[in-house]
Amino acid sequence: MVAALRRRATPIWRVVALPLLAIVLALAIAALIIVVSSAFTGIGFFPLLPLFAYGNLFAGAFGGLTAINNTLVAAAPLMLGGLAVGLGFKGGLFNIGVAGQFLAGAFTAAVVGAALADAPTAIGMTAALGAGALAGAALGFIPGFLKARTGAHEVVTTIMLNNATALLLAWAVGDLVRAEGFTFPRTGEIGNAGLPVLLGRNLHLGVPLAFAAIFVVRWLLERTTLGFEIRTVGANPNAARYAGMPPVVIVPLTMALSGLLGGTAGAVQMLGVIGFYASGISASVGFDSIAVALLGRSHPIGILFAALLFGAFRAGAPLMQITTQVPIEIIDIIQALIILFLAADLIVRRVFRLRARALEIEGATTVTRTWGEQVRT
Amino acid sequence: MTDRAPALEMRGITKRFPGILANDHIDLEVRPGEIHALLGENGAGKTTLMNILYGLVAPDEGEIHIDGEPVVIRDPADAIARGIGMVHQHFMLVPVFTVTENVMLGSEVMRGPVLLDLAEAGRRIRALSDQLGFSIDPDVRVEQLSVGQQQRVEIVKALYRRARILVLDEPTAVLTPQETEEIFVVLRRLRDEGASVVFISHKLDEVVRIADRITVIRRGRVVGERAPRETSEQELADLMVGREVLLRVDRGVSRPGEVVLEIRGLRARDDRGHEAVRGVDLDVRGGEIVGVAGVAGNGQEELVEAIVGLRKPSGGRVALSGADITGASPRRVRERGVGYVPADRQRFGLVLGFPLDDNFALTGYHRPPFARGIVRVDAAIRAHAERLMAEYDVRAPGPSVRASTLSGGNQQKVVVAREFGDDRLLILDQPTRGLDVGSTEFIHRRSIEQRDAGTAVLLFSADLDEVLELSDRIVVIHRGRIVGEFDAATAERERIGLLMARGEAA
Repeated sequence: MVAALRRRATPIWRVVALPLLAIVLALAIAALIIVVSSAFTGIGFFPLLPLFAYGNLFAGAFGGLTAINNTLVAAAPLMLGGLAVGLGFKGGLFNIGVAGQFLAGAFTAAVVGAALADAPTAIGMTAALGAGALAGAALGFIPGFLKARTGAHEVVTTIMLNNATALLLAWAVGDLVRAEGFTFPRTGEIGNAGLPVLLGRNLHLGVPLAFAAIFVVRWLLERTTLGFEIRTVGANPNAARYAGMPPVVIVPLTMALSGLLGGTAGAVQMLGVIGFYASGISASVGFDSIAVALLGRSHPIGILFAALLFGAFRAGAPLMQITTQVPIEIIDIIQALIILFLAADLIVRRVFRLRARALEIEGATTVTRTWGEQVRT
Repeated sequence: MTDRAPALEMRGITKRFPGILANDHIDLEVRPGEIHALLGENGAGKTTLMNILYGLVAPDEGEIHIDGEPVVIRDPADAIARGIGMVHQHFMLVPVFTVTENVMLGSEVMRGPVLLDLAEAGRRIRALSDQLGFSIDPDVRVEQLSVGQQQRVEIVKALYRRARILVLDEPTAVLTPQETEEIFVVLRRLRDEGASVVFISHKLDEVVRIADRITVIRRGRVVGERAPRETSEQELADLMVGREVLLRVDRGVSRPGEVVLEIRGLRARDDRGHEAVRGVDLDVRGGEIVGVAGVAGNGQEELVEAIVGLRKPSGGRVALSGADITGASPRRVRERGVGYVPADRQRFGLVLGFPLDDNFALTGYHRPPFARGIVRVDAAIRAHAERLMAEYDVRAPGPSVRASTLSGGNQQKVVVAREFGDDRLLILDQPTRGLDVGSTEFIHRRSIEQRDAGTAVLLFSADLDEVLELSDRIVVIHRGRIVGEFDAATAERERIGLLMARGEAA
């Protein structure tokens, strides 16, 4: 099949080939791991176990309306986070700070939501979402500004800001905005500020919002002058300066927009799923977002599908664990393998005998390319 | 000499790429002890032919003989084993390695199973470079060497692998005139010692001076073989382009008008903070071309950047038609009516990964008709690209192909087409560097048309011939100062050359 596809190589196939084959290869190797590890569990050595595990994974993600809802709800913050990372890649920036921006967005949305818990939803929810988005934007702006003014690399500053943010928020929730009447430090109930459920038990307004964001970002990047500036600075900062686009403005702006999306991801997750902020809430969305952006090759539509896939993994994993005793952690292994194969794309090319031409990933090269490069003011 | 078998013979070499016939039954014969020039325009098929010889590309038809024996070359390792050495246009050196490490990379001298014998390799490299009459310190890191020295490292690398047929792809494209002279001496010495040199170029004067024989290729075919004695630059140019070419465009008479660009006491620092422009005074009037002659690195780059807003001047004043633009942003300078063709088209002038239409709109993307508010108008961007591609004869399948797929000449035409317009001032920095005669003639003709339309043109070129040919007025820059001014009618090449070199006419 692969050979047949290769012969009729169309441009779209060329774009999606590498990510698809990376997924296939990751599933194959994870299957091997499942088989081998089955020998050491209660089940005993069982070569067909991967088939059952993957079957249940699929059923848990797409078998019925509830399953599909779960997948979409899990995918929504990944779409927003993936867009955050992807937008950065387009602008030549590697925003590893989505984890921190996610937390900032979640925290701010929780605090504002709790304050407006009794206000009408239209006001409380909108204010909480907006505040979360702006908190993310502010947090994204800092490394962008530092890069433009001093050349400090955003990979370093965003990673450090992740820690700073998590600790600062842990203090804030324990001291500053701790709600009365709970045994552990957390924010108050968000009440009416929560995202309304549109369908089934849990499909909230954040899901259509995330879908909308995909198309807004695509429009921004491809159809607006700002998007053209972001892409030009990303592709060739010298040419951007020459053409009169000041990187010293565009870089902080790109990072702020990226942070805005990361913050929105946090706010959506907070207002649609979690409901209150407590120290130690998972920021794994932030790191999964990098994987989503890489798998989606930084393209909004690619990010949409990548987020749906990762969302499906998350949504389907519990059923897989319950029925086949294959632990949920296998999902992390699959995700890690996908990224490994995307980064080390030579392996995939060898295995499937793909030609090297035009199969590069945009994001992976950004990391090394921008390292040590300074934006001149 | 002729009774010996040719060192290299390529017969009927044919290579098809999708959509083009890159090599069409090419025959090439290189004798031992000969410098053989391969002359052709960009995209004529020279590089493809040499890539076939070096095993980088497999031919569809044809055969290769070395010393009269048929050989099959599958990859560069085969080529090296057959005594073929290649010096690419873009050097294949590791900057942080020493000369010795670079040269031995891939054919290491070992002391025991794990240790490199750097000392022995260094000795061999020193012996080789002494033999060729240049001294290279084997222990110095390559990044510390000049471009010319790096090229010599490449040559040593080839000879270290016992190359007897040395192929140089556009070796002078990156060199100063002085370095070009030096490399010619090296090549002649190599030839005198019996090696064969294949010299790929599109520069007529160089080819005539260095080659023993010249093979001219056009559109993948051999269109002639000449000895330099029995031909002329004019004949070679006509053969290469396939029509009669004007090697010198008719400049006509200039009618200078008002002063457009007025520079007074301009100072600017280079990236390391040293003052590179040290008080430049210069006027350019509408309807005249002022050429700035100078050896590269005498402040030209900083001067251009200070004018167009890419570098903040540290002192002095720049005015455009009376309005002060000192230290203005590149965008503001452009909006005051300045077009600018940068020296490095790939670094500044183009975004190689973008399609052509985006590149044509690179500097005007934010204005009507290319944008309405913040929304880009694709139809206008595309129409603009199609119009300029036709007007400037940009050879590409269409406006949606990436700029990276175009040849250097066509890339330059994209930049030129975008920047040549109804501006007050046009700054041309090395406008024809690396271009073939056809494209060069075209750009020169257009530059003169711009001048005749009343534009002030400021030309920077490392090629003194280009400055002499195009300019109505010539100024010489040396160590960041203007050290002389000449009227084109009375300018003497020798005096300008001396001023360029010494800063004073002794």
